[in-house]
Amino acid sequence: MDVNRIAAIVLRQYYLMRGNLSRVLSPVVWVTIDILLWGFITKYLNTVTSAGFNFVPALLGAVLLWDFFSRVMHGVTMAFLEDVWSRNFLNIFASPLSISEYLSGLVLTAIATSSVGLIVMLVLATTIFGLAFFAYGLMLVPFLFVLFLFGIALGIVGCTVVLRLGPASEWFVWPIPALISPFAGVFYPISTLPQWMQYLSYVLPPSYVFEGMRTIVWGGAVSGPRLLGGGCLAVFYILLAYWFFLHTYQHAVRTGLIARYSAESMS
Amino acid sequence: MKQSLQSPAMTRSKVLSVMELRKVYGDTVAVDGISFDVGSNEIVGLLGPNGAGKTTTINMILGVLAPTSGTIHIEDVNIATDRCRALERTNFAAVYAPLPGNLSVYQNLRIFGLLYGVKGLSERIEVLLKHFDLATFRDVKCGVLSSGEQTRVGLTKALLNDPRLLLLDEPTASLDPATARDVRTKIRRFAAQGAGGVLWTSHNMYEVQEVCDRVLFLSHGKILLEGDPKTLPREHGKETLEELFITVAREPLALELG
Repeated sequence: MDVNRIAAIVLRQYYLMRGNLSRVLSPVVWVTIDILLWGFITKYLNTVTSAGFNFVPALLGAVLLWDFFSRVMHGVTMAFLEDVWSRNFLNIFASPLSISEYLSGLVLTAIATSSVGLIVMLVLATTIFGLAFFAYGLMLVPFLFVLFLFGIALGIVGCTVVLRLGPASEWFVWPIPALISPFAGVFYPISTLPQWMQYLSYVLPPSYVFEGMRTIVWGGAVSGPRLLGGGCLAVFYILLAYWFFLHTYQHAVRTGLIARYSAESMS
Repeated sequence: MKQSLQSPAMTRSKVLSVMELRKVYGDTVAVDGISFDVGSNEIVGLLGPNGAGKTTTINMILGVLAPTSGTIHIEDVNIATDRCRALERTNFAAVYAPLPGNLSVYQNLRIFGLLYGVKGLSERIEVLLKHFDLATFRDVKCGVLSSGEQTRVGLTKALLNDPRLLLLDEPTASLDPATARDVRTKIRRFAAQGAGGVLWTSHNMYEVQEVCDRVLFLSHGKILLEGDPKTLPREHGKETLEELFITVAREPLALELG
């Protein structure tokens, strides 16, 4: 892999963000709204329920982690969509750039954008609502890591869907995190779900993170092997998503889809 | 006719070798087993009516469309097996592939310079901006440039890596006559001075006659004619290249039999 070519993909996103404030503000505004909304809900719940249970680390912490995951996924997809919207596929894919370099560039961009969102959320949640984030201890690192990996995997899947079905299919991509959230047990234990939904939860890496988070909140110890299993599952999904994208790209090259993305008609 | 396709480029080193290239979509044969070369310092015109297979051929050479069969070598590198190395020495400009409009001219050139691994990129960009009279648009977003200015930016990008093979799909289509002439001069100079070769498509037969050392007439995915654009019309009983073009477009069978 060529570092300069990966840097070119990241640089493109940096130029776009620097040149248009809305690209920076948009993710920041949404996470701010989420933290404020859920922050006040948790404060209210703390006042109306019996003393002894603090909703802040359980609910607000869950919102923060879930938003981080969504931002990672959207970070990858947004960077890809920039090339779709500007009809840049022909220029990009007719260059020496390889698919692994291209995806690496998208992932690095997502790391940068999701880190900004994470910092904003942490500052707001700790300063305004007193979320003691480090109450999760060192487990915070694997929690974020597993969510990050799964966010990358889903982001690549989102890119693949748009590559295969065309620009209009981006509307299938945005709601993916919302579709997953009921199964991931973001706000409630997996045991709350009916059995068939629980089966699906077991194959979703975020469910191991949120179960682990709640275990800590209730004073228990997180099962290392279970969380490791969630991490391995996320890595497996990244590999699967990469294969899916590569396969779809090769199909697009065989059928002429890549060329048609830029050229309105083939002469 | 095909045996004569090899000869003009034989004396030069080949920058492009296309062998028995074929592309089939379902029942439609878009490109039907064509073979041709482009030599260094040579400008080859790829001519033909709409739907003849020109852009399909260019897309296959650029690696964005997989051939059904046949091989493409850029210099000695097979694009099917060593895509990145083959494309490092290639570049292209086409009216249907403008650079992203939400980035400035400089930003676009910087990004594509990195993608193509250009050494001394900053200096190269400044030289080309002056060369194509774009220095005043350096920090202007490409989307607000006129179509002619965008075409010049596309050509600047195409020359960034000093390619051995330059593909130009109707590069002067949106340019005024003075700028078009200027661009033709620059491309001729590129071909004459460096070691690169050019594959050029155009519907402007005057331009083709002025610029190209050799032309290939494509019709229904096949190469029907090949030769010097200045002598080819008379060889086939036509007054002008445009007349020959119209014959190829309307009565390709007559030429095939002839």
